[in-house]
Formats: sequence, structure tokens, C-alpha cells
Amino acid sequence: MSFDNAYESLLGGEDAHWAFGTGFSEALSGVDREFPAGVDRDALASYCLMLGDDALIFSQRLAEWCSRAPELEEDIALANIALDLLGQARMLLTRAGEVLGKTEDELAYLRDEREFRNVHLAEIDCGPGPGGDFAATIARLLVFSSWRLALFSRLRGSADPVLAAIAEKGLKELAYHRDHAAQWTVRLGDGTDESHRRMQAGLERVWPFVDELFATHPVEARLSGVAVDPASLRSEVDGVLEAVLSAAGLTRPADTKAARVAGMAGRDGVHTEVMGYLLAEMQHLHRSLPGAVW
Amino acid sequence: MADDLELRFERTVQAEARIEPRDWMPDGYRKTLIRQIAQHAHSEIIGMQPEGNWISRAPSLRRKAILLAKVQDEAGHGLYLYSATETLGADREDLTTKLIEGRQKYSSIFNYPTLTFADVGVIGWLVDGAAICNQVPLCRTSYGPYARAMIRICKEESFHQRQGYELLMTMMRGTQQQRDMVQDSVNRWWWPALMMFGPPDAESTNTEQSMAWRIKRDTNDELRQKFVNMSVPQAEALGVTFPDPELKWNEERGQYDFGSPDWDEFWQVVKGGGVCNEQRVAHRRKAHEDGAWVREAAAAHAAKHAPSKEGAA
Repeated sequence: MSFDNAYESLLGGEDAHWAFGTGFSEALSGVDREFPAGVDRDALASYCLMLGDDALIFSQRLAEWCSRAPELEEDIALANIALDLLGQARMLLTRAGEVLGKTEDELAYLRDEREFRNVHLAEIDCGPGPGGDFAATIARLLVFSSWRLALFSRLRGSADPVLAAIAEKGLKELAYHRDHAAQWTVRLGDGTDESHRRMQAGLERVWPFVDELFATHPVEARLSGVAVDPASLRSEVDGVLEAVLSAAGLTRPADTKAARVAGMAGRDGVHTEVMGYLLAEMQHLHRSLPGAVW
Repeated sequence: MADDLELRFERTVQAEARIEPRDWMPDGYRKTLIRQIAQHAHSEIIGMQPEGNWISRAPSLRRKAILLAKVQDEAGHGLYLYSATETLGADREDLTTKLIEGRQKYSSIFNYPTLTFADVGVIGWLVDGAAICNQVPLCRTSYGPYARAMIRICKEESFHQRQGYELLMTMMRGTQQQRDMVQDSVNRWWWPALMMFGPPDAESTNTEQSMAWRIKRDTNDELRQKFVNMSVPQAEALGVTFPDPELKWNEERGQYDFGSPDWDEFWQVVKGGGVCNEQRVAHRRKAHEDGAWVREAAAAHAAKHAPSKEGAA
């Protein structure tokens, strides 16, 4: 690098880089983007929105920790996980957009709450807001990443080559997310009386939202060979959680289930009250300047 | 004996060689370095807040990813720098305590508010640009760990700067509302960016000794002039103006003449009277205090398992 003109780098051509990277460039280059014959395209788009919205909304929540984590190393780790999920969201929304004729940003910023298809676990406030703390955040990350890792490991065999490639790339990321959450769960479960109490409370906070993760939606049922039936993941995920909780000396919460609303939940676009505020914040600037380019 | 050590230290510094952690060094050199590097580390950490302010509202997913990655890099820079102070015998926890108790400073620029998304771009262009001007000479500073940290940081900062400038270029090609937003942001950040080089040389107390020790390489006014010279053509390429009626090319000097920043405002902000001073420190304090139980738990867990080979979870 130049020692005399700091602005030379503006003209490009030098080996400047991120410390940690944004993690999404060229991820899917060379992947066949044709839709496989016989696939229900509308269902495929809905399915991509489901998995994409899970990642987008959870990423939005995790990024709230930025500059608020218990230590600098954790600020970096949580930002990393948020970036990974944001990268997954972008690829999935882009795939949905190929069917719907929309860009990733049109889908992220211009859909209304009822059109978002993420599970409630992704959207609830687990801290740093008043709805939780670091332990609740770790509890959600443990459940979410254990579930999504199991899902993506099967999704690698999807008949849609794009979904299969997204799953392949996401798998390594999710394995790290799960490992990070598991390590903290053990540390907090084992550390001090206070951390044990908080970690147990964190699990109780997220547990009512676990059941929704494994409920088969009609869209998933219509996409045999393309989508993964989440009901098929339950025993594997339960086993993983059992092993982590046991190593941490924590108790699996009773199987309380958050009730559905007139039979509907996140996958149907029916959310919790916090979702409107989350979207208001996320979408406000984009919607305020129609026609702007970013 | 002490004279020999001092002589060897002086010769090493004069010869532009590096002082390493285990080398003898004068107490004043050590203290000055800890103060300077800690202040720089604190600036990186406090600097996460003004830009972090826009992560949740970033207007495209690409910009959200870039911004989050940038703020994450700042946490990384803080870590490298706190590690460099630890090679001088300082302790991160102690330095953090000094920051949140207001006993150590950070760059005053972060006490200015980020009011629009254009501020994200202007901070990248002008604030990171000024920081790079200040920091590039430090890649040759006499203390080895600091110099090596600065090489890495400067490379990453120059990438951030390019990202910021690219955002502004994109916005300038957008709607009139966006162009107005960029100009308004430049109007608010230009003078504070010039203040980042510190008070005029005549009033700067630390410069002389630090230059002799090769901790500092150029004077405040030299760096400020360099920054103005580099920024004006960038502003022209972008299509914005700087809010300084005295700014004009001086053929004789081969440099730009420019006006004087409002040094009363500078000292007011340095002394705690900026729009965001209290907010920034309170935010950092809350994160640190809210995280105390987590750090205690991690330490307790590590202690319990220290003797066991399989203890590390």
C-alpha cells in the first residue's frame, strides 16, 4: 500500500480487503439456475421465502447485538453469524425472485408483514432488548442452528440445483453456528449459579417456539424431492439438543407449545406483535425514498 | 548500565529499527504508547456505534452486509490494538474501565451523530480517509507490535474508505433527494473531519517528544494539509462541495488554502459537550456491565475444567 497517498486505494487495483469478509460473493457461480422439470414453481418460490425469511429476520435480530456483546470476541462472532445468515437470505430471496420476477430488495423491503413466512423463533425478542439476554440469544441460536443444520444437510439432495448449492454452502456456516451456541450453552450452564439460572430461563423463553419448526406446511408437502419435510428432522434435532443440555447440566423444558392463531403461524404469514416493529425499522428508509438507488 | 540501555534504545529508534516488547524502553515511551494505542483502540470500539446506528435500517441487503462487515472489522481493530497494549504490560479490562469512567479519551469525531444513511458513506470517505492519513505514517512507527497492527488496519480501512466512496457515488447517480442527502452529510462532516488531525501545531502539546521517539511522524498541520489536497479532487469527482468559502488552489504554494475549523467547538466536544459524548460512553458501559455475568461464567467454567484434559467445552 502507498505510504504517501491514502486515497490511491479509491482508484482500485490494490490488495485491500475485509478483516472478516461479507461471505456471499460469487457463492453460487457456475450453478445451473434452470428450474427442474415438473417442479411447482409457485411452491418453490414460497419455500425459498420461508427459508430466506428465517435467515433474514434472525440475522436482523442478531445484528442488534453489534456493539452490545459481553466481549469483543463475541461482538465479532455474532456479527459473523448474522452475516452468514444474511448471505443465505440473499441467495434464497434471489431464487424466489427468479420465479416471482422481483429482486432480493423488493422482496425484503416491499413485502408487508402478512407476506413474510419466517417461523416465530426467528422474530421474537431474545435480547439485547427487554425480551431476553445473552443466554436467551444463545438458546435461540442453539435451537435454530441445530434445526437448520439438520434441514440443510438433507436439502443438499434437493432436486432444485440452486437450493442444493445454497444448502451445501450453508452447511459449513451452520455447523459453526451450532458449535458456537453449544459451547456457550455448556459454559453458561456450568459457569456460575447466575449463568446457570439465566441459561435455563433462556431455554424456557424459546421452547414454546420449537414445535413450529417441525410442523409440515402444505407448501413443503407439495414439493416432494425439492423441499425437506421438517417433521422428519425432529428426532435428530432432539438428540442434538439433549446431548448439549446434558453436557451443560441443564434441563430440557417441558414441551409447551405456543398456540397457533386460528390454525395459522409464521409459515402462513401470521406473526407475533414484535414483527411489525422489526419490519418498520428494517424497511422504513427503503420505503421512504421510492426510486432511490443504493 | 541504565545509560547503556538508554543509548541502545535511542540508537535503535534513530536507525528506524523496531523496538520489541522485551526490549528495554524508557517509562515515558511506554506510557505514551499505552495512552496513544489505548485511545486508538477505544476509538475503534466507540466508532462501532455511529455506523452501527444504521445496520438495522440499511436500505438494501447488500449495503446491510457491507455495513455489518465494516462494523465487525472495527471490533477486530479494537482487539488488535488492545493486544498491542498488552505487550506493553497494560490490561484490556483496566483500559475498558478507564474508558467507561471517562479517564481515557477516544477520537472526538464519534461524538457527532449519524443522521442519514449518507453519513455511512461520508464517514467511510472523509472520516476513514482522515484516519488513514493519520495512521499510514504509524505503519513505520518505532514500536513493532503497533506498527504491524497498523499495517493491517490501514489496509482494511482503505477498503472501508473505498466502500464509503462507492456508496456516495451510487447515491449521487440516484434521485435529487439522495444527492441533497449526500451534500448535507458532507456539510456536517467536513469540519469535524479536519479537526481529527488535532489542534494546530502551535497548540499541540505532545508532538515534539513523540516525533523524536518516532511514535508520531508528521505534525497535525502537515497531515491536515495533505488531507485537504487529496480530498478536493475526490469531492469534484463526486459532485459535492465543501462548506469552506476560503478553500481555493494556491498556485504559489502548490497546495490548497483553506479556512480554520471552529476550535471552540472542537474543545467543547473534546471536553464532553458533544451531542453524543454521554450516549456513546453510556452505551459502552451498559454493554460491558450487562456482559459481566457472561465473562464471569466463562472464567468460572474455564477454572473448573483447567486441570482436566477434556475440560475445554
